[in-house]
Amino acid sequence: MSYRAGQRVRVAERSHDGHHRTPSYIKGKTGRVERAHASFTNPETRAYGRDGLPEKDLYLVGFAFDDVWPGDSRHATDRIYVDVFEHWLEETA
Amino acid sequence: MQLVYDRRVKRAVHDRGGWPTDAPIDRSEHELADWELLTDAIVDALERSDAMNVDELRRGIESMPPTEYERASYYERWLYSVETILTEKGVLAPGEVDRRLAG
Repeated sequence: MSYRAGQRVRVAERSHDGHHRTPSYIKGKTGRVERAHASFTNPETRAYGRDGLPEKDLYLVGFAFDDVWPGDSRHATDRIYVDVFEHWLEETA
Repeated sequence: MQLVYDRRVKRAVHDRGGWPTDAPIDRSEHELADWELLTDAIVDALERSDAMNVDELRRGIESMPPTEYERASYYERWLYSVETILTEKGVLAPGEVDRRLAG
């Protein structure tokens, strides 16, 4: 596990034409690792009939609602939690 | 044909979190029809026999033309994907399901 709970991470802002589990609305957004789940076979290669190995680490990442969809006062204190695979995460200050 | 991609984010039809809309969320439920139960069973059997996996199922759904994706119901999308993936793998011949239905 490369990241630990509490660490700030940025979700890679990259185009990906193939199957992947990183929703667009968090791409390029910065959040906080809430939990390191475990490692799992990689759906991005399994989706093309391969075995999904090597396994990839999966993290629960929390975002401030206002960082994801700014300016909605109804959700000012809400947080959004998304499971993100390690290869979609980048270190950030 | 030159493919032009949005270098920042290319969003596919299924990737809809945060799409602006004023339409209410359809929360209606319905009794599952026999074909829907069968579709669920077929996918389960295909996964258990390693003929296809859930990630391939998702990819097949995500590959639907956007207008068909919007029109299709939940299990119609599953069926579309099963046909796509099994045809890709050579388990089904192209057009085989349509031919059998017509016959």
